[in-house]
Amino acid sequence: MSDATIPVGALDGARRSDDAAEDSGWAGPGGLVGWLGTIDHKRIGRRFIVTAFLFFAAGGFLAALMRLQLAVPDSGFIGPDRYNQIFSTHGTIMMFLFAVPIGQAMAVYLVPLMVGARAIAFPRMVAYAYWVYLFGGVMLLVALVLNIGPDAGWFSYVPLAGPQFGIGKRSDFWAQLITFTEVSGLMVAVSIIATTLKMRAPGMSLDRVPLFVWAMVVTSTMILFAMPAVMLASTMLITDRLVGTHVFNAAEGGDPLLWQHLFWFFAHPEVYFIFIPGLAIVSSIVATFARRPVFGYPAVVLSLIATGFLAFGLWVHHMFATNVPELGKSFFTAASMAIAIPTAIQLFCWIATLWHGRINLKTPLYYVLGFFFVLTLGGLTGIMLAAVPLDLQVHDTYFVVAHLHYVLIGGAVFPLLGGVVYWFPKIIGRTMDERLGRLSFWLFFIGFNVTFFPMHILGLAGMPRRVYTYAGESGWGPLNMMSSIGALVIAASLLLYVFNVVRGALQGPSAGVDPWGGGTLEWSTASPPPAHNFDAMPVVGGA
Amino acid sequence: MTHRRSIRTLGAGLWSCVIYGATQVRAAPFNQDAIAAAGPQAAHIAHLWNVMLAVCLAVFIGVMVALAIAIIRAPQGNSATPPDSDALAREERPASRAVVLAVLASTAGLALVFLASVHAERALAGMDRTGALHITLTGHQYWWEAQYDDPAPAQVFITANELHVPVGRPVIFTLLSDDVIHSFWVPNVHGKKDLIPGHSATFDLRVDQPGTYRGQCAEFCGYQHAHMALLVVAEAPDEFDRWAQRQRQPAAEPAAPDTKRGRDVFLASTCAMCHAVSGTTASARKAPDLTHLASRSTLAAGTLPNKPENLARWIEDPQRYKPGVNMPPHALPPQDAQALVAWLGTLQ
Amino acid sequence: MNCVRHRAALALTLLLLVVACEREQRIFETSPDERPTVQASLATELQPVTRNSIGGNPANPRSHAYREENNAQSLADGKRIYVWFNCNGCHAHGGGGMGPALMDEQWIYGSKPEDIYRTIVEGRPNGMPAFGARISEAEIWKLVAYVRSMSGLAPSDAAPSRDDDLAARVPENRTKPSPPREQKP
Repeated sequence: MSDATIPVGALDGARRSDDAAEDSGWAGPGGLVGWLGTIDHKRIGRRFIVTAFLFFAAGGFLAALMRLQLAVPDSGFIGPDRYNQIFSTHGTIMMFLFAVPIGQAMAVYLVPLMVGARAIAFPRMVAYAYWVYLFGGVMLLVALVLNIGPDAGWFSYVPLAGPQFGIGKRSDFWAQLITFTEVSGLMVAVSIIATTLKMRAPGMSLDRVPLFVWAMVVTSTMILFAMPAVMLASTMLITDRLVGTHVFNAAEGGDPLLWQHLFWFFAHPEVYFIFIPGLAIVSSIVATFARRPVFGYPAVVLSLIATGFLAFGLWVHHMFATNVPELGKSFFTAASMAIAIPTAIQLFCWIATLWHGRINLKTPLYYVLGFFFVLTLGGLTGIMLAAVPLDLQVHDTYFVVAHLHYVLIGGAVFPLLGGVVYWFPKIIGRTMDERLGRLSFWLFFIGFNVTFFPMHILGLAGMPRRVYTYAGESGWGPLNMMSSIGALVIAASLLLYVFNVVRGALQGPSAGVDPWGGGTLEWSTASPPPAHNFDAMPVVGGA
Repeated sequence: MTHRRSIRTLGAGLWSCVIYGATQVRAAPFNQDAIAAAGPQAAHIAHLWNVMLAVCLAVFIGVMVALAIAIIRAPQGNSATPPDSDALAREERPASRAVVLAVLASTAGLALVFLASVHAERALAGMDRTGALHITLTGHQYWWEAQYDDPAPAQVFITANELHVPVGRPVIFTLLSDDVIHSFWVPNVHGKKDLIPGHSATFDLRVDQPGTYRGQCAEFCGYQHAHMALLVVAEAPDEFDRWAQRQRQPAAEPAAPDTKRGRDVFLASTCAMCHAVSGTTASARKAPDLTHLASRSTLAAGTLPNKPENLARWIEDPQRYKPGVNMPPHALPPQDAQALVAWLGTLQ
Repeated sequence: MNCVRHRAALALTLLLLVVACEREQRIFETSPDERPTVQASLATELQPVTRNSIGGNPANPRSHAYREENNAQSLADGKRIYVWFNCNGCHAHGGGGMGPALMDEQWIYGSKPEDIYRTIVEGRPNGMPAFGARISEAEIWKLVAYVRSMSGLAPSDAAPSRDDDLAARVPENRTKPSPPREQKP
């Protein structure tokens, strides 16, 4: 009942393999064709991770434009049409092209290594998933440049995105992007589940599978059930717009609310596709930097599974302001509050792990501490939002913008940044600079809080979301200015982080097999791992 | 070490500015905020906010303190420290007990918060609705149409963007939409409710403090979602009755020659194709009713103060103030423009 | 080889920019020389309206006619104006009634944009009122473009789709083009 322990024999064979004959079967053909057509999960995973971070940069650039526009009241910097495209594309990129794919990308790289497999299940399907994702993302960015970016929000409510009011082709590109990203997501999810269930190393029973892998399996299972809803919805949106169906047309028997149900049935679980991989990374980092396995392994696994189930029962909390029946809303209040419990169990288990461990306070652990602060705050504002009366005041205001950034950045980006520092030595074979790492952490933490904390106040002070400007008499100017300054600090911190990554990749000192003393199987093989992952197949024993 | 000090200075400096900024949000009387409750619904919600803030703050502090203690008191280690693999075999009772207690405490806190939420919901739903005023509010891109309903058809009147309500009397809204989804939100008075095309929603509220409260559309509705505000003016019941009576009157007959010409300009050119002024032949319902335009304090759904020069500039080019709005520009000859504005100024 | 490929890619991108440009533009500010002039003096007299008809030549890419017909926002606005100003009252949603059908291939007074413009501005015998004083210049050109789209003459990627309303007709973007057959009144 643990993360896998490695018996002594397996480590002897971990060497950097120069043997071309041994490797050639696994490494695949060379040249451009070989690079494009690789089925090595590590190469696919690396390119997936890099691409997702490039989309993160694009989304961040759009956020910077938004903050520049909102820094002062009545600003003429960006007009309403461009601003609508910018915020819609920012949300779409971050949710569909960065936050979900990055978790999947980490899984594609790490899950086969962690379960002791030489390859991922259905590697060609995973490779195809990457190219579909890349194509969809590039299509969306090109559309934005050509003034055809989506302009009805990342959630694309009808009738605003519908055939009458969604003018031009913008929402069609949005709906098409959804199809690409969801197809990609489904394919990767299938592979992760199959890899974990069918390709584990001998001796790795399910109760010895690392918590990271459990979290990724839960995420992938949720994806299988949730993504079809939004694919259906976006297809119906396309047919309404292009072909004249009446799915969302109240006058002919359809209903605009149907869109909201279908969309949020997917999109609420989607935030857990983003959050649970973050929890996966936190489990890995906490175990390594507390020098002990995570406390309460069964509790954490059951909490992950419970979260996966409960996440499907919350979607109406995005619709509390609509005219769905009041008694029904109360059910979703209870469910939305209940889902805090499995998350709380995991948080307390990690604190117990740290409490009873020996702390190695390095950059990855800093990011985990940042995660604790930010995610806990965000989760608590989520409890507030679960209450219908309070939600009716702060729904669609900057309070929700603050909440969502606290839970998504706290729950996924902080762990991710820590995870990149943590696994960088394994993936690249060199180490990043520790001092620069800590500096970029502090800048990011301060910048993040300065940007997003004031938004709680702005929301309660009456500032709605998705507005391209606001009146000076409102008094919202100074806090918006602070938010925008914080955004600059975030940008600086991320540039520093990227600099650290690039410098580490080019000039960093060579990492050994296991620079952090990690306990999962990826740390038992060379850095970077050879194409065949493990020279000798690990046999897992122990408690 | 110096960079640690600079980080601390940066953090402290930025946070001081944030705290200053927080003092500015209610410095001026803008009256669009959720904390200063002017009616029972907003008051119930503000009370719920206080309860939840207290509980959530306590939980947050508890978790952070536990984490801080864990980090500070645990012995140091490094990458070479042998991992505590025996932990898997040990029972770890104190940790189990602590986690179980923490989970139970969290569940109790959640139950408390859930009960507070249900209590607030019931309070909101339980408002006494006898003697209510009925208003049918229709959302348009980007303005609000309000029809004050009455069993006697002659008492019904239509206005736009500025609602007057009597203090202390319940108001029942029927919410409709003419095009896309909008959301009616006047934070000092109540939470929000969406106006969804194809659906009719009912929403009641009551204002107990006289004053002018600003609301804003709270569901993204297109280009000028940011400028779709409305005013709710709560006044004493007799003042409200006087206002309502005036609203029921048709437009006064213009006396001066320039106001007469202004009315002719209105009726002969494009204005009457969209706007209604009762007492004239203009009765189109596609744009705000202008019969009592001069009695309102703002123009263009709260975008501009209602002054003649603003009105003149708005008519000449609405796209300058609200790009994307449905009203086209009108380059009237200067004399006609002045006459039109003069006549509109008589529509009290 | 590389040079040629790069140039081709650049050309394709620029072409895409141009093609998407017109359909997706949203022009809100009107320049002073394009602003409509309303002759309010006709409130007192039965004077005919004189209008600037440079905007009518569709071959001129700077003309209103060309721009509106290829612009999705203009066509959508034209449809909105058509409904708001009750063109349906005589023409229904293109099927006609008291007024002639607008979705067929018969154009009594001409199908060119400047012909339709004059029809709307000056009115026509047998019941078409003169709307020249009632509708601003920009809005008339949007109507002109929309009327042409009713018989499928506007590009189908810019033409409006169905309304969120009772389905009265095949959406304009799926209407097969009916090439105009001009006929004498």
